[in-house]
Amino acid sequence: MAKTYIPKADDFEFIGSRDLNVDLNFASQGYWKGVAVHFLRNRLAVTGVVIVGVIILFAIFAPILSSYGYQEIVSVNDTGKELVAKSLPPQIADGSAQNLFADKTFLFGTDDMGRDLWTRTWHGARISLIIAFVAIFIDMLIGTSYGLISGYFGGLVDNILQRFIEIAGSIPTLVIISILAIFMEKGIGLVISSLLLTEWIGMSKIARAECLKLKEREYVLASRTLGAGSFHIIFKQILPNTIGPIITQVMFSIPVAIFTEAFLSFVGVGIVLPQCSLGSLIEAGFGNITILPYQILPPITVLAFLMLGFNLIGDGFREALAPKLEDM
Amino acid sequence: MSKYVAKRILMSALTLFVIIFVLFVLIRIMPGNPFPVERMSAELILQKRAELGLDKPILIQFADYMSMLLQGSFGNGTSLYNGAPIKPIMFACLENSFKVGVLSILFGTTIGLGLGIVAALNRGKFLDGLCTVVSILGVCIPSYVFMIFLQYFFAYKIPFFPYFFDPSQFLFSSIMPSLSLSLFSISTVARFTRNEMIEVMNSDYVKLAEAKGLYGFELLRRHVLRNALIPIVTVIAPLVVDLVTGAMVIEKIYGINGAGSLMVNAIAGDGVDYNYVLALGIVFSALYIAVMLALDILYGIIDPRIRLATKEG
Repeated sequence: MAKTYIPKADDFEFIGSRDLNVDLNFASQGYWKGVAVHFLRNRLAVTGVVIVGVIILFAIFAPILSSYGYQEIVSVNDTGKELVAKSLPPQIADGSAQNLFADKTFLFGTDDMGRDLWTRTWHGARISLIIAFVAIFIDMLIGTSYGLISGYFGGLVDNILQRFIEIAGSIPTLVIISILAIFMEKGIGLVISSLLLTEWIGMSKIARAECLKLKEREYVLASRTLGAGSFHIIFKQILPNTIGPIITQVMFSIPVAIFTEAFLSFVGVGIVLPQCSLGSLIEAGFGNITILPYQILPPITVLAFLMLGFNLIGDGFREALAPKLEDM
Repeated sequence: MSKYVAKRILMSALTLFVIIFVLFVLIRIMPGNPFPVERMSAELILQKRAELGLDKPILIQFADYMSMLLQGSFGNGTSLYNGAPIKPIMFACLENSFKVGVLSILFGTTIGLGLGIVAALNRGKFLDGLCTVVSILGVCIPSYVFMIFLQYFFAYKIPFFPYFFDPSQFLFSSIMPSLSLSLFSISTVARFTRNEMIEVMNSDYVKLAEAKGLYGFELLRRHVLRNALIPIVTVIAPLVVDLVTGAMVIEKIYGINGAGSLMVNAIAGDGVDYNYVLALGIVFSALYIAVMLALDILYGIIDPRIRLATKEG
């Protein structure tokens, strides 16, 4: 019976590392370091990061630091502008602070119920961002695993999984949303679910394409020869090498998610009052646009800058991951 | 080529069938009751269910529905709430949406292609910069926000266009909605065309064609555009489909009596009109699949390599 061999410390010997010639002129650069350098050198991408960063900071801190809550109805007394009534139902509020134009107290003015638009805009941005991040994160998990498994196993598995995607991808988003609207209550859950059902397909296509390229590499063969299981190879060996394109796709999916949320809330199947998001704020502002056009400006501006910022970051990532010769 | 087309058509028909089945089953297994239970006796409900065929097994219901569908009617064909027949209302709405949609595809492709070509030919000059600005605007401003702006400035502040959609002057009043719907397509198509054109114009075969003495429009038509168009067709395909979703909000803003707003009314009201959702869902999916099919075939015509690849495979 063969004995199991127990490795000893002196089985392998290090060669004296002092004698090695290290090429200092053309020092090798780590993959991610190279990507970071390329990304930071791209002025547009850095602008995108700044825009998104500032908006995220405001979305986190502005509602906390504001003296009014996002659903508080403000009244104004004679001595000056201050909060008199908190969270009154609209029929009790005296309406003294309704539709005020922007000034020092209310930086963006107040809406038709007398709520502070500054707080509401940033709270709305927060809700929109949370929806986008949560939905796209789950999409990334589902889509990547699906694509990697489909690409790695190939053959019958791939065929079945791809036919499924073909059918799932042929259902228009509008139809998916309608079906969901029948099953679910309106609100954040509906928005996130509809994003979950539509956005993972693109993610899985990219993961599959990457996996098809990578699975023929020598290191995968080596790993398999050493006895690694399929799932170890997929998630430990192939997945880390697909992260670049997937992150790029995520960066392009986030604005799509923000847009979808805004559009669902605008149509009336998204966020419900008194909760607010960028979409529902735009919808509210649209109702008063001819009389009070200033009410629609803050949410629209924040939305546009968010979309711009994420798109710039996405472009920057794409270029940094696959730099063309002329950019080097 | 015909084998390729036949295969694609078969696959599309199969996909549509599966989608209809899934939609049908989903809507039938849904919790809830289509009848106002508190106002109807149990017997009446049973009688109504039998009348509508809801007491049969679901597969038989589906077979019934399919046979009716193939004869051109959508189930029992009436709205659940007011009993009005679905088909005439739906087709009237579809017609409105379709006209606006076609107009915006026209805007999107012609303006987008034109802008892209002009930008590529004037690389680094003013028109190129304009193209960049338009493509950035198109990406970061949702179509309905653009629509709101257009409506505010060009229908309210300067009352040039009608404030709401006016079917009596159809073309004139569809300019604003189609333009805003096509904003995203214009920007995507323009950016893509520009990049593709520049890549193709730097290629060896274009240099060879120039060396042979081809120049100007003839060179553009025979060598540059034909090769630059291939990837652009793939970009246009999903854009055409996205129009339906975008149209939903635009229709709401501009008061167009279209299919999108019909769907919104069916889902966003107090109750959900299942018959409408099912009928519209089938029509939307069929349109979507038809558009994809058409573009796939178009793709095969433009690029002979695809035909050859499928012939061998």
